[in-house]
Amino acid sequence: MLDKNLNKKIFDTDVEQVPLRNGFGEGLVLAADANENIVGLCADLTGSTRMDAFAKKYPERFVQMGVAEQNLVAVASGMAAGGKIPFITSYAMFSPGRNWEQIRTTLCYNDRPVKIVGSHAGVSVGPDGGTHQAIEDMAITRVIPKMEVVAPCDAYEARKATLKIAENDSPTYIRLAREKTPIMTTEKTEFEIGKAYEMWRSDKVDVVIIGCGPLLHNALVAAQELEKDGVGAVVLNNHTIKPLDDKKIIELSKEAGAVVTVEEHQVAGGMGSAVAEVLARECPVPIEFIGVHDQFGQSGEPSELIEHYGMGVASIKEAVKKVVARKK
Amino acid sequence: MPHLNDDKIKELEEQANAVRQSIVEMLVEAGSGHTAGPLGMTDVFTLLYFHIMKHDPKVPDMEERDRLVLSNGHICPVQYATMAHAGYFPLEELKTLRKFGSRLQGHPHREFLSSVEASSGPLGSGLGQAVGMALAQRINKGRSNGNYIYTLMGDGELDCGIIWESAMIAGREKLENIIGIVDRNGIQIDGYTWDVMPLEPLKEKWESFGWHVVDVDGHNFEALNEAIGEAQSVNNKPSVLIAHTIPGKGVSEFERDFHWHGKPPNKEEAMRALHELRTLGGSVKSEHE
Repeated sequence: MLDKNLNKKIFDTDVEQVPLRNGFGEGLVLAADANENIVGLCADLTGSTRMDAFAKKYPERFVQMGVAEQNLVAVASGMAAGGKIPFITSYAMFSPGRNWEQIRTTLCYNDRPVKIVGSHAGVSVGPDGGTHQAIEDMAITRVIPKMEVVAPCDAYEARKATLKIAENDSPTYIRLAREKTPIMTTEKTEFEIGKAYEMWRSDKVDVVIIGCGPLLHNALVAAQELEKDGVGAVVLNNHTIKPLDDKKIIELSKEAGAVVTVEEHQVAGGMGSAVAEVLARECPVPIEFIGVHDQFGQSGEPSELIEHYGMGVASIKEAVKKVVARKK
Repeated sequence: MPHLNDDKIKELEEQANAVRQSIVEMLVEAGSGHTAGPLGMTDVFTLLYFHIMKHDPKVPDMEERDRLVLSNGHICPVQYATMAHAGYFPLEELKTLRKFGSRLQGHPHREFLSSVEASSGPLGSGLGQAVGMALAQRINKGRSNGNYIYTLMGDGELDCGIIWESAMIAGREKLENIIGIVDRNGIQIDGYTWDVMPLEPLKEKWESFGWHVVDVDGHNFEALNEAIGEAQSVNNKPSVLIAHTIPGKGVSEFERDFHWHGKPPNKEEAMRALHELRTLGGSVKSEHE
């Protein structure tokens, strides 16, 4: 059964679809309204990362950096040293992709609370092709001490997450996507950094599907169909990859005895790996990983690519059946 | 900048000599670290900490201080030694350089030593941070006191692309309170800069990025003082001093030899170096003899 605070139209074919980045853009303006120390810096992608509304409303707090992602980070670090809370935007491939060392040294090692906003993450960037499809970003950010990593599931959650990370006093990476994706949450859905929540629960629980980002929609559709096949699931929105909600993950894994992780990211090093690190230590159960398996992306329509790389509803159902069978 | 009279110059020279001795002592104790850069930049650091900068060792985080961002973090022994002589921490602590638990990490880390403005080591990122500090100050206008951000860079470091990204935006934003100082000592790890990656015409490079540039002898206190005064008086542009220095300055055995970029003296070399510094190159008798 779907959680009562989620969008009732979630399984309808005409479910509202909005890009995550839009939610960020709205959230940034709200955060900036509330806190004059918030500043925005962008590496020549102001419109497509949705920083434009903020830049228009607060031109004196906006810095156009040009195509210079390393400097984007260093300058933000200096502004944070001057008491500001900088949000820096680009495509995830370039930030945190191109500027990793500056992120490690000038933000995390330096303990500066800069917010790295990586849009256009995942293969669902589509036609632009593999060069622009960041599928390693969560891995490279979560391994840095002091960094927090958040991957919202829809535009509403992206807005809420933007407001929360404005106040967490830590260097933080937030992962956004380009394409319109289904609205799964509502104003009532709670969002707290580091607190995963159940989106779906069947009467009996054979498996816990732990996901993050827009792919959770596929996970929910899979859970609904699996229930009809007699397989019960919990779907957990694990939107914070760091700090991970160890407690909730352990608790549900003990209850279900089997786990499937779902993310639009390399299986190596991503959210699923973070979950496996905890479970290997605390509650070793069979796990299957939905994600990209050591490949680059390519051009295509988002839905084609999701299917091609094994992240569609059918693949999730198959993984669930496989992992449940491994329990025996 | 207040004019330097002969007495003040003599005082600075003595101070710089003491800082150089500390550098040699701490490096030999550490058993690793960089020798040439710190000795070469000692005069610049001495002038900044003992004459130029608005700062208070007792209140290192005072709001209206001038900032010193050390971009080429590997020359930190000179910063640590100068800060100790200026009263930030006891001279005795210099002996802990690079040792476990020391505040004096091999490259500066704010978490260990909060009185440094930035953690650094990986080259190139200091100028961008200075730009950010200047931009934050500009937004806070009215709350800032027109202080300066001295940004120290190595010449080898200018190979880094990010330096020029930062230089470009500092020029566009006309960040007049940034005063860069390039240690133009001509050496980097693999050899002389003109062999590894030629930088010239360096003055014109900076000028073309919108900077006011002053070439200056990095060992002449009077000239350095005037150059910084000139940089402070320039409006609507960031300034950079290209400080021509002698790597290893003060110890003839180390001077101008790129092999001393990244290694410390051994005990015998340190003894000879300290003797040379204490006797001012043989012109006076050392009290240690």
